[in-house]
Amino acid sequence: MSYQHVIIIVSALGGLIGGMGMGGGTLLIPLLTLCAGIEQHLAQAINLIAFVPMSIIALSIHRQNGYVAAASAIPIALIALLGAAAGSFATVYASGRVLKICFGVFLTALGVGIAIKNTVKTVKKFKSKKQSKKQAYKTER
Amino acid sequence: MVYIGSALVGGISGFFGGGGGMLCVPLLSMSGLDTKRAHATALLVILPICILSASIYIANGYFDANAVLCAVIGVSLGGAAGALILDKLNGTVVSFIFAVIMIAVGIKLAAV
Repeated sequence: MSYQHVIIIVSALGGLIGGMGMGGGTLLIPLLTLCAGIEQHLAQAINLIAFVPMSIIALSIHRQNGYVAAASAIPIALIALLGAAAGSFATVYASGRVLKICFGVFLTALGVGIAIKNTVKTVKKFKSKKQSKKQAYKTER
Repeated sequence: MVYIGSALVGGISGFFGGGGGMLCVPLLSMSGLDTKRAHATALLVILPICILSASIYIANGYFDANAVLCAVIGVSLGGAAGALILDKLNGTVVSFIFAVIMIAVGIKLAAV
């Protein structure tokens, strides 16, 4: 399998997760560095560029469904743009190794956060199910 | 709080070349949007950030036309497939699997 094939396959995997609305980019970058051997900075650039056409398509679909709240997005986007400029300039000065380690810590923290959030959700659902069963039992009697 | 969060979303996206969207969704939820709207609107916040950050990366010489083309093809195909099968999957189970993969990959990256 050539270098290009590996990139297409891992990108499809990243896109698949991204299309489900779960931050495909966060996984695409490590997939590109670990599986295709691409340098960290270049992998980040590739992810940023590949995200543009994907999000334009997704946005047009979401807009038709009336899910895009532009008024809420504008103030956040303006401040975030300043942060993005600072972050992008800073990353040039960071070595690939440092970036990789920071990114690893960031990913682990995000993963733990998602796992905790889901556990809380599942426990809540389970409890409310139990409660409604109890209530149904009481009303029956 | 929202201002600090917004700057963080941008800073992380720029520095790591991604990941800001996952922070943007809870931020939008906090400002009163429901889950679906928060996910969709997060894309609108991230799009200009991606364009700006990508230009800065390219200006600094991080670009490979061949790899970018392959990635765009893969991401677009995968993205469409993901959007289509989303309704047919159990969201909690998918998130759990996703979280486990993230932790594993994160530890691998940090330990290298």
